[in-house]
Amino acid sequence: MEEKLTLFKNRKRFGIEKNIDLIFKNTTLALSSLVAIVLFGIILVVFFQSFESFSRYGLNFLVTSEWNPVKDEYGAFTAIYGTLVTSLLSLLITIPLGVGTAIFITEDFVPKFVREIVGSFVELLAAIPSVVLGLWAIFVMEPFFREFFVFLHKFFGWITLFSSEPAGRNSLLAIIILVVMLLPIVTSIARDSLNQVPKKLRNASYGIGASRWKTIFSVILPAALSGIMAGVLLALGRAMGETMAVTMIIGNSNVFSWSLLSPGYTISSMLANQFGEADGSQVSSLFYAAFVLMILSLVVNIFAQWLVKKFSLKY
Amino acid sequence: MNSLYYQKKLSRNVGDKFFTSLSVFCALIAILPLIFVVTYILIKGGAQITPELFTLEPNPPGDDLDAGGINPALIGTLVITTIASIIAIPVGVGGGIYLAEYSKGGPFSKFIRFGVNVLAGVPSIIAGVFIYALIVSTKILFGSMYSGFAGGMALSILMLPTVIKTTDEGLKLVPNELRYASLGIGASMYTTILKITLPTAFRSIATGVVLGIARAAGETAPLIFTALFSYYYIVGFEDLFYEMGSLAVLIYNFALEPYDAQNKLAWAASFILVISILTVNIFSRIFAVFTEKTKRV
Repeated sequence: MEEKLTLFKNRKRFGIEKNIDLIFKNTTLALSSLVAIVLFGIILVVFFQSFESFSRYGLNFLVTSEWNPVKDEYGAFTAIYGTLVTSLLSLLITIPLGVGTAIFITEDFVPKFVREIVGSFVELLAAIPSVVLGLWAIFVMEPFFREFFVFLHKFFGWITLFSSEPAGRNSLLAIIILVVMLLPIVTSIARDSLNQVPKKLRNASYGIGASRWKTIFSVILPAALSGIMAGVLLALGRAMGETMAVTMIIGNSNVFSWSLLSPGYTISSMLANQFGEADGSQVSSLFYAAFVLMILSLVVNIFAQWLVKKFSLKY
Repeated sequence: MNSLYYQKKLSRNVGDKFFTSLSVFCALIAILPLIFVVTYILIKGGAQITPELFTLEPNPPGDDLDAGGINPALIGTLVITTIASIIAIPVGVGGGIYLAEYSKGGPFSKFIRFGVNVLAGVPSIIAGVFIYALIVSTKILFGSMYSGFAGGMALSILMLPTVIKTTDEGLKLVPNELRYASLGIGASMYTTILKITLPTAFRSIATGVVLGIARAAGETAPLIFTALFSYYYIVGFEDLFYEMGSLAVLIYNFALEPYDAQNKLAWAASFILVISILTVNIFSRIFAVFTEKTKRV
C-alpha cells in the first residue's frame, strides 16, 4: 500500500490530472444535484409564502368560493373545481381520440408515408405555443362554436352542465382547446407503447383466427395499457397546469356555476390574472392556490412514473 | 366452398370496417387543429408583416389608428431565451454528464432522474410563481423587480429537465468501446468525456437542446409576472434589469385588448413565433432522419 502511494506521487502529471478529474466529477455532481435543489426550492418557497393564508383559512380555503380582496376573504373552490372539471372532461374526450389516432398510425390501413405525415402533424401540434392556440381560440374557435352552444343550450338546457345562457367565453371552450393541446401527448405516448407490443402477439392472435380489431381490443391494447395509462396521467398533469390558452378562453369568473356554458376559472388562470397586481394577503392566498396546483400535478406525475415502472411491458 | 371467400356481411367484418373507419376519423380530427391553426396564422398574421413591424415600438392600446411594431418584443424574446439557455445548458449538460458517465445507477442517480421527470411535470406557471417569490418580490437583483433576467431564470427552470434528459440519453447511446479505447491509451475521465463522448453525442444533444429552446421561446406563463412587458426599445445592458417585453406576452396582452390594431399585432407576433418554432422543429426532424440513415450505412 505504502509503496503504491509513493509510486503515484512520483507520477506528477497523473496527480494534477487526478485533481482536475475530481474537480470535473464534483462539478457535474453539483450540477445534477441542482435539479433536486430547484425542485425542493420550488416546493418550500411556495409553501412558506402560502403559510399566512394557510394558517388563516386552513383547509376551508379549498371548499369556500368567496374571493374578495376588498373584504380580505379568500377561498379557491371555484378555481379548484374549474381545474379538475376542465382537465378531467378534456381528458375524457382526448383518450378515445388520441388512442384511435395512435392505432391509425401503428396499424397498416394506409401506406406508411401517410401515417408518418399524420404522426408528425400531431407532433408538430405540440410545438405550437399555447398562447398562440389561445389567440386562435379567441378569434376563430369562439365565433365558430357560438351557434352550436346556443343550440346546445336550447335543446339540452335541462342538463345542469348546459343550463346557462351561452355568452362569449366559457369553460366548454377551455375544454375544447385543452383537447387540442392534450391530443399530441396522448397520441405520441400511446403510439410508442403500441409499437412496443411484440409482433409475435399479433401473429399468434391472427393465427387462431381473430380479426384485426378483435386482436387490437383483446391483445394489443391490453398489452400496451400501462404505457397508455402513464401517457394519460402525464396529459392530466399538463391539463391541470396549462395556463395561457385556458386563461384566454375560459372567461375568468370567480362566480361558481355548474354549467359549462358559463365563464369559469382555473387555478392557473387565477394566478395569471391576479398575480401581477395582487398585494397583502391576496398574494399569500394566491401562493396557497399555487401550492394546491403544484401538489395536484406532483401527485399525478409521481403516480404516472410509478405506473410506468410497475407495469412496464414484461415481454 | 363459400366460407373461403371474404364475406362482407359477416358481423366480424362489418365490425372491423366500423372500427377502422372510426380510427381514420380520429386521425382526421387529430390533424385538423394543426391545419386550421397554421392556416389562420399564415393568413391573418402574414397579412400584417411589414418592414416597420420589425423596427418600431408598439404603441400603447387606445390609439386605434396605428399599432406600431414589435421590435422590443422580438428582441426581448431573443434576450430572455438567451439568458435561459446560458443558465440551463451548462447546468443541464453537466448534470446529464454526471448521470450518464459517473453515476452507477445508485439511489442518488435514480433520485435525480426521478426529480428531472417531476420537474418536467411542474406547471410552467409555478416556475413563474417561484421566481416571483425568489427574485421579483425580494428585489434581490440590484433592487430591480420585474426584469428580463428574472424571466430568463424562470424559463431556464423549464428548459433544465429537457437539457438533462437529452444529454443523459444522448451519452448513453455512445458505445462503451469508445470510452475503453480512450481510457486505454491513458486519457483521464474528463478528457474522455470532453474529447470523445460529448463530441460523439453532440448531434443528438444539440437537437434536443434546440427543440427545448424553441419550446421555451413560446412559453408565456412564466413570463407574465417575472419579465412583465415593455413598450420600449431594448438599448443597453442595463435594460436586462427592467421590465422586458416578449413575443409571447405581447400576444397574450394584445389578444385581450378590445382594439383591432393591437389584435392585428398579436397575429403578426404569432406568425413570427409559429413560423420560427415550426421551422426549427421540422429541420431538426429532417436532421434526425438524415443522421439515422447515415448511421445505418
